[in-house]
Amino acid sequence: MSVLTADRLNEARRRFFDSDLWFSFTRSRITVLAAIVAAIVILSAVFAPWIAPYDPFDLSSIDLMDSQTPPVWLENGDSRFLLGTDDQGRDMLSAILHGSRISIWVGIASVIFSLVLGVGLGLLSGYAGGKVDAFIMRIAEIQLSFPAILIALLIDGVMRGILPPDMREQLAVLVLILAIGISGWVQYARTVRGSTMVEKNKEYVQAARLIGIHPMMIMLRHILPNAMGPILVIATIHLAVAIITEATLSFLGVGVPPTEPSLGTLIRIGNDFLFSGEWWITIFPGATLAILVLSVNLLGDWLRDAMNPKLR
Amino acid sequence: MLAFTINRLAQSLLVMFFVALVAFAMFRYVGDPVHQMVGIETTLEEREALRVELGLNDPFYMQFGRFVGNAIQLDFGISYQHKKPVTEMIVARMPATLELSILSALFALLVGVPMGVYTGLNRDGFLSKCFMTISLIGISLPTFLIGILLIFLFAVILGVLPSFGRGTVIDLGGWRTGLLTIGGLKALIMPAITLGLFQMTLIMRLVRAEMLEVLRTDYIKFARARGLSNSAVNFGHALKNTLVPVITITGLQLGSIIAFAIITETVFQWPGMGLLFLQSIQTVDIPIMAAYLIMIAMFFVVINLIVDMLYYVVDPRLRIERGIRGT
Amino acid sequence: MRKTLTGVALAAAATIALAQSADAKTLRWAFQGDAQGLDPYGLNETFTLGMLGNVYEGLIRRGPNLDIQPALAERWEILEPTRWRFHLRKGVKFHNGNTFDADDVVFSATRVRADGSDLKTRIRPEVKVVKVDSHTVDFITPGPNPILHSEWATWFIMDKEWTEKNKAVKPASVTAGTENYANFHSNGTGPFMIVERETDVKTVFKPFKGWWDKPQHNVTEAIMTPIGSDATRVAALLSGQVDMAYPVPVQDIKRVNANAGTSVLKGPELRTIYLGFDQGRDELLESNVKGKNPFRDKRVRAAFYHAVDIEAIKKKVMRNLSTPSAIMISPKLFSKSGDFKRHAYDPKKAKSLLSDAGYANGFEVGMDCPNNRYVNDEQICIAVSGMLAKIGVKVKLLAQPKALYFKKVLGPAYNTSFYLLGWTPGSFDSWNVLNNLINCQEKGGRGKFNLGNYCNKTVDGLTDSVLVETDAAKRDGMIADAFKSLHDEFGYIPLHQQGLAWGKSDKVTLAQRADNQFMMFYVNIK
Repeated sequence: MSVLTADRLNEARRRFFDSDLWFSFTRSRITVLAAIVAAIVILSAVFAPWIAPYDPFDLSSIDLMDSQTPPVWLENGDSRFLLGTDDQGRDMLSAILHGSRISIWVGIASVIFSLVLGVGLGLLSGYAGGKVDAFIMRIAEIQLSFPAILIALLIDGVMRGILPPDMREQLAVLVLILAIGISGWVQYARTVRGSTMVEKNKEYVQAARLIGIHPMMIMLRHILPNAMGPILVIATIHLAVAIITEATLSFLGVGVPPTEPSLGTLIRIGNDFLFSGEWWITIFPGATLAILVLSVNLLGDWLRDAMNPKLR
Repeated sequence: MLAFTINRLAQSLLVMFFVALVAFAMFRYVGDPVHQMVGIETTLEEREALRVELGLNDPFYMQFGRFVGNAIQLDFGISYQHKKPVTEMIVARMPATLELSILSALFALLVGVPMGVYTGLNRDGFLSKCFMTISLIGISLPTFLIGILLIFLFAVILGVLPSFGRGTVIDLGGWRTGLLTIGGLKALIMPAITLGLFQMTLIMRLVRAEMLEVLRTDYIKFARARGLSNSAVNFGHALKNTLVPVITITGLQLGSIIAFAIITETVFQWPGMGLLFLQSIQTVDIPIMAAYLIMIAMFFVVINLIVDMLYYVVDPRLRIERGIRGT
Repeated sequence: MRKTLTGVALAAAATIALAQSADAKTLRWAFQGDAQGLDPYGLNETFTLGMLGNVYEGLIRRGPNLDIQPALAERWEILEPTRWRFHLRKGVKFHNGNTFDADDVVFSATRVRADGSDLKTRIRPEVKVVKVDSHTVDFITPGPNPILHSEWATWFIMDKEWTEKNKAVKPASVTAGTENYANFHSNGTGPFMIVERETDVKTVFKPFKGWWDKPQHNVTEAIMTPIGSDATRVAALLSGQVDMAYPVPVQDIKRVNANAGTSVLKGPELRTIYLGFDQGRDELLESNVKGKNPFRDKRVRAAFYHAVDIEAIKKKVMRNLSTPSAIMISPKLFSKSGDFKRHAYDPKKAKSLLSDAGYANGFEVGMDCPNNRYVNDEQICIAVSGMLAKIGVKVKLLAQPKALYFKKVLGPAYNTSFYLLGWTPGSFDSWNVLNNLINCQEKGGRGKFNLGNYCNKTVDGLTDSVLVETDAAKRDGMIADAFKSLHDEFGYIPLHQQGLAWGKSDKVTLAQRADNQFMMFYVNIK
């Protein structure tokens, strides 16, 4: 049994490394670079509690008198703080590591949430047509009538109203995921619906329908793969948007609690210090965010081209 | 076509009704308008009296019913803060937002489509890779940070562009335009780029993705086999076929550009509807918030209508199907 | 010969004066918000009243150092403790050319107390206002009131005929259903006229040629633009698009000063920022301590006080732009403020006080904080949370925009356990502070903004005596006694008076008033 499993694993591994996917990956230097960078950022975020020099969320360990210390290589730098400290005396490096952790978690979770919701509804809408389509698209319009930021504000506000005060802090991140996730599904749905409407009239789908394949099967096996290109474009960009929406929500004062800042909150706080010369408070988190989003996007670009059989 | 349009219009009204409902449900979580309308020394009793007078203590359905009744007559009430009819205020602010939004959409299209076509045609070219990477940077930073960095660079350090406002505006029968003066145009550059950057990247990548797909299809191969020139194939056949999703997205994006103008207008102190709206959130000016949301909803509904109609023009198959269904 | 020379010199001087007045001196300035409206009784708020203070005038006015100066009243006398007589200035015109007289004062006294006015506190409803002759008015109060006129610099006199003609006899109100003429037009007696206004976009002022006083400014036109975003406002100043902008965020002061041609004018403001505790409830709303209220225990309040390192806040959060305060009022407004000293920063003592009170391991408490109301309000709260964490108190900070914050903490809900708030007494007097913040809550009466209901009947008694005491020394003694009780009982934690930071171009000279009102008639432009 165990030998069999091991064999299978080896077989899978061999197949993966022999695949076109792996080949096209290794061929594109910029993609490899992006993957390495993304992996470093994501891994260091995941292991932040173990690799960060300090715990930036432990208020009793930070000292206000350490605040606004520049990075170690500048004049007045302090060897304890490699990238300097922020306006409260938090170690920037630790804050960035822990902040990325929150941002990445919020970003990925809300994109998955949007994607599943949007793709499902889009397929249903495009394939079923008629009343179902009209209903879903009207909901989409209602939602589109509000800027994503506002939807997030609304959900955040309603949650604040519903949740008891001492739960709010713990659930702040989940509320954000829900808020950003719900605010983003429409794009997927519109795009999938558009492709579905085109695809479903093509001969191969009609043929499949004629020979009695279940509509669900047709949608998943035949229509969805064809809509995958645009979905990936949107998903990669949406990951960036999700992280940035989180930052913008913080900019408007409703994000995560300021005592446990995300990457976006750090940028927002640092933003106030851009003119005054304490650039490290905003530039380091900003650069981390930009690098992370950039590499994720580059990976998305490559993935889209590589997974599209027509482009090979 | 007519039946379809009428049906869509009816649905649109329903949409607006729901927008109003949801918006109204949201207002109670934004704050208490009364505290923003009076000075700190005003007594609690006077505050309560004002609350009663404004009908804020009435049950939700009464407040909502009153609002809808008035809104049908295009009366959105008097702003709590400015004590001025809201419709008037929004109409006065509309030109600023529309000029900014349309200009950023144009910027996004005029830069995004050619870049998308180029990167689609020259998939592995060096310049394509540069375009792809550079365009990503624009969406890797939050809008407010891009705006502030632009101000810092072009207004503070270089001193070539104004840091805020619309510059000189000319009044054309109630429509204040900044498009006719040098100062007005200069003031438009940074906000329009800030606002359009994200859309530009989106459009460019979309056009590229669609171009790549279409170029591999059989009928393009046939077209080439028929000996049509490269440019005829690329632009006459390929680009035209990428238009369905591009129209959808661009149309939808115009609405979200107007909505997203909120942040850009705040950063550049651009006197448009978005800024008015954000200020009204801060001061819990419910009549302005309600009117703005309804307005935005209307924009979207109209845009969606137009996008759906354009579908007919671009893709004949949809026309036939809808025509048969006769909805 | 000598005479001729003088004549020539005079003529030359006149020519120069003419030439100077001929070339335009435009003042472009920016604030973070706009006046809510132009009705002088519409909103009791510093900026709205300050901007209108350039257009309208009261019977008195405040000088650059907030000293009381005669304005529309030339002089006044107290005939008996309950009867004040004001002699009005003659020959004063409103901007529309109408003459100012006693009828306008009597009318304005009625209008400011009418429904819809937000400045009803300027004159109590019981006060009778009687016209003696065309330029004399008596104010008859039910009891002695030594500070009757202290708030009248912002009780602006309106033109009776003008308001009647334009149907603006009542103050602007949302519920009236129509625009109020006075909220969009102005007609004062002040040095500037509003010639153009687009709410939240810009307001244009021109000097009023017929002003009764001699102008000290050389402004020929002034344009006010609200710029909400801090960074954009600073950028506008740095790039020379505006000549004056305020407030400048404390961290940007260095940048503005380093920039060629701009600098920051700093000074103390009157507003006192403080922390308050819920001492009224039997159990805190937001705490893990159940069945009792830890803040009822003086040792817990003292522990919190001793845990706050005010110098660190001053140095790091406020960048030295704050004056730590031991009492709940600005030292500028109370003569005996020097007698008070803050309880020392002493985390060890704080910790032992806390364990004496039975909280050796600390406890959890929710804290409310605005994040767009006061200078660096949110940062102060985070810093305080950190300091309290060091003595074992876990603070759950809820920092919100002011609209949400005030809804939560102000009455009737008083939904808070521990909060940060700021207060400026509108009358520039301690009685206002005692009555609003320090007296026991009474429905419809005192203690309206005593959110945590600190209550000491002796202090209440002192407050009542302060109201009617006309002897200044005795009065200040009683105020000091009241503040002393509060100080000894750790009723509040006063933090500091925040500082003013006005950014300006070097071309501009101006006077900075501690009440944060910008008066354009002290402006000179090179």
